[in-house]
Amino acid sequence: MSDVYIMGIDMIRFGRYPDRSVPELGAEAALLALDDAGLTIQDIEALYCGNLMQASGMIGQRILREIGQTGIPVTNSANACATGATAFREGWTAIKAGLCDLVLVVGVEQLGKVGLLGGGGGGKGISKEGLLGSGTMPCVFAEAGMEHARKHGTTFEQFAKVSVKNHAHSVKNSKSMYQKETPLEMVMNAEMIAYPNTKLMCSVNVDGAAAAVLASEKKARELGLGRAVRVAASILTSDPFTERDLVMPDVNTCTRQAASKAYEMAGLGPQDLDLVELHDCFATAEILHYENLGLCADGEAGKMIDEGESAHGGRIPVNVSGGLLSKGHPLGATGVANLYEVSTHLRGEAGSRQVEGAKVGLTHVIGLGSACGIHILEKVG
Amino acid sequence: MAEEAAASGPLPVVSFLKIPDGGDPYLEGQRCGDCGAIFLGERSICSNCGVRENLKPQKLADTGVLYVYSIVHRSFPGIEVPFVSAVVDLDGGGTVKGNLINVEPTPEKVRMGMPVEVVYRIAPTKDRDGNEYLSYYFQPREK
Ligand SMILES: [Zn+2]
Repeated sequence: MSDVYIMGIDMIRFGRYPDRSVPELGAEAALLALDDAGLTIQDIEALYCGNLMQASGMIGQRILREIGQTGIPVTNSANACATGATAFREGWTAIKAGLCDLVLVVGVEQLGKVGLLGGGGGGKGISKEGLLGSGTMPCVFAEAGMEHARKHGTTFEQFAKVSVKNHAHSVKNSKSMYQKETPLEMVMNAEMIAYPNTKLMCSVNVDGAAAAVLASEKKARELGLGRAVRVAASILTSDPFTERDLVMPDVNTCTRQAASKAYEMAGLGPQDLDLVELHDCFATAEILHYENLGLCADGEAGKMIDEGESAHGGRIPVNVSGGLLSKGHPLGATGVANLYEVSTHLRGEAGSRQVEGAKVGLTHVIGLGSACGIHILEKVG
Repeated sequence: MAEEAAASGPLPVVSFLKIPDGGDPYLEGQRCGDCGAIFLGERSICSNCGVRENLKPQKLADTGVLYVYSIVHRSFPGIEVPFVSAVVDLDGGGTVKGNLINVEPTPEKVRMGMPVEVVYRIAPTKDRDGNEYLSYYFQPREK
């Protein structure tokens, strides 16, 4: 089977675009990625589009109405917060299968008016919210963090430090929604949403779009491997049955299974990674994923954040883009945007936030329900 | 219809809360006869091992320990905050989520691993047809 290469990848600045439509945002990212690859829509053999909130809206086709209706097959994917990574993997699969040599992937989302609490409501009878606990996203991830606290003694302050770090990283990312530092006291004293997650420890709901052009090895060589990035692993898992999964979504097991499969596929281990963009939908979540991805031993995640190992310049920089906490979390775009971030470092084009000498990076997203997507990218040149 | 339901007593807030005629309410799990996994609510296939038609009802204990919690300070409009959202491992099996009551909602007072018991109360809200609901809650239990 052919290797798969990223030939072009880009994103629009994450933010709020109330006057623009989802297809318009997706089209802008698509053109940026095509330009980055030096290609046009006429070169593309298939489009894979990830969008969650308008999953029935034929967003991929409407993007083509903006940039060129060439009649190619379009597949629209929805997979909670793993939507973008899922669309990317669908494109990867088409090339692996030998069906296509060049495909376009777009992840796009408009979240402007959605509150930070996420879904909720629904069901028969009376509302269970506040009666049988809470189903808000900040609470679900607070409870997941408290499980880590229970096992390993992780503190509110350690969780808060994740947010301090990612906000500090975002200062150097002009495509981030926010580019402001948030000192520890500010994070810890921000409005408590669901202990231990304060408002500054919750990801930002924004609008955004990101896109990538993928090529087979044959096509990549033809186009030139100069700035190409090799997709060394593409993995998607769903949540297996675990003991408390019925009442407490388990984001750990499906991440661990995806990570182990990804390392196996790439023939690499966590020690080979130069940077990681992982799913910090809440500050508590990042702590769990240090261990789930094997970036440190079980029980060492608190120490890892305390000692700055995951900060830029540390042993294994995590979320140098600013992460979902500061860059923003436009669900369907998130998984493609983190591939953009890692690719940019592997190409040595990340400017003042460049992780020096980066050769291998990993991206991770998880959507509750659940879907976990992991990709490992490798520098070619 | 609504009047009949209201007259015959409260409805269970979830399907796994059972209200026997003239008896005390309890929570009911479904245990897989093959692998032992416990589920909440009716089902016919075990999602752990995939076996069909071998799930049997099991009365769950009214005692357990607090596994994890969060103190919720912001919820949807109209929901009273703060409250403690609690995940409880029941003695003898089964994990249930609910509100932990009769404890100050601060991290200093809520302790993971603390013994709790299940209590049943009428929920503060009625549905559109005026039906009352019986809900379950957790509260700290003296050891
Ligand atoms: Zn079973």
